[in-house]
Amino acid sequence: MPVALDPAPKFAEYAHPERLVSTEWLAEHANDPGLVLLESDEDVLLYETGHIPGALKIDWHTDLNDPVERDFIGSDAFAAVAGSKGITRDSTVVIYGDKNNWWAAYALWVFTLFGHEDVRLVDGGRDKWVAEGRELTTDVPVVTPAEYPVVARNDAPVRALKEDVLAHFGNPLVDVRSPEEYSGERTSMPAYPEEGALRGGHIPSAASVPWSRAAAADATFRGREELDAIYRGEAGLKDGDPVIAYCRIGERSSHTWFVLTHLLGFENVRNYDGSWVEWGNAVRVPIAVGPDQGDAPSPR
Amino acid sequence: MTDELPERLAEIRDDFLALEQNDRLQLLLEFSNELPELPARYQDHPDLFERVVECQSPVYIFVEVDDDTGVHLFATAPRESPTTRGFASILAQGLDGLSAEEVLAVPDDFPQTIGLTQAVSPLRIRGMSALLARTKRQLRERSAA
Repeated sequence: MPVALDPAPKFAEYAHPERLVSTEWLAEHANDPGLVLLESDEDVLLYETGHIPGALKIDWHTDLNDPVERDFIGSDAFAAVAGSKGITRDSTVVIYGDKNNWWAAYALWVFTLFGHEDVRLVDGGRDKWVAEGRELTTDVPVVTPAEYPVVARNDAPVRALKEDVLAHFGNPLVDVRSPEEYSGERTSMPAYPEEGALRGGHIPSAASVPWSRAAAADATFRGREELDAIYRGEAGLKDGDPVIAYCRIGERSSHTWFVLTHLLGFENVRNYDGSWVEWGNAVRVPIAVGPDQGDAPSPR
Repeated sequence: MTDELPERLAEIRDDFLALEQNDRLQLLLEFSNELPELPARYQDHPDLFERVVECQSPVYIFVEVDDDTGVHLFATAPRESPTTRGFASILAQGLDGLSAEEVLAVPDDFPQTIGLTQAVSPLRIRGMSALLARTKRQLRERSAA
């Protein structure tokens, strides 16, 4: 039996209300049969210091990335990871995390690569749960491993590689980094480690819409009307547009990918996870510097 | 080369390397919990502290050099950043009481040698490398002054 949806009126305004649950809902439903709760954080130890009762940890680096090739894990490894957390193909997977749910959105996006159907985010993530004084525990649940099928990873619908971006010119690109990264003044997020991009700037023709525009101060997503004003209004995205979003390593753009796809209902949005760390190091790709978008080069 | 590591740092490295990957995270968490509060004499002196901007969370360090008791590294990092706290705690404990020369001689790649790159990821380890580098830079500035 599928796990009930969160009927919150705020979510009903979004294109896909089934993709979000509130902390209130989670407090009531965390133990529902068929629901698996995952915490996905930037800080690899944060889960161990205390997590929502019943939650299991999933880590972007150590669980979802291939340890050798610079890519996500393949089908066999994903089946093993999911199975080890008691997830079946029919499970309702609910994900939350630190830092405005960046890494939670990233994990959700990776589940999407494998076509997992029912995967949801907790609006506001870990920060909101903690701010509300809700229970945390260091007890790690005992998991009964499940059989997760080996399914093909289908990147094409939601993932853009560098070549896809080059072929995409003339269609909307959204750069979700800070204005300083966009203009090329700096190559890493303010207060973040330098991850080694040789060039600064942005992909020509990309609109600058920092990810944080979509988030409220309590880490929840802004309401439908505000989001429409930002992305359909200011950024000029139109229904039916194919859109590619990118950032520096793909985590902040997962947040925007979630907003565009699940909250605003754009049907052809891809996340360029190679993002600036790849583009800013690649040989012979066009780059624009300064605050102006720049013209779209010819697609190639 | 590794034999030249100061004794306490070598112990810390060996403790990590003796553990399975998952247990290494637990040990890092123990270090994180052990990061001492600032001594009273420094609590009202944020001006002395330097932000380690390479870390993904607000972490600040100050290196004290005492003629009698050697080098002491003090650090603050928020509770929500246990990994960074763990890194700072390893260095604070591992370097404590060494001479400035001994600290400067610690290999820059020490963070990569303690068996955490797989459990924590190479990207995150960079925060610890930055902590070590800034500690050394403060010492160099101190001795040049």
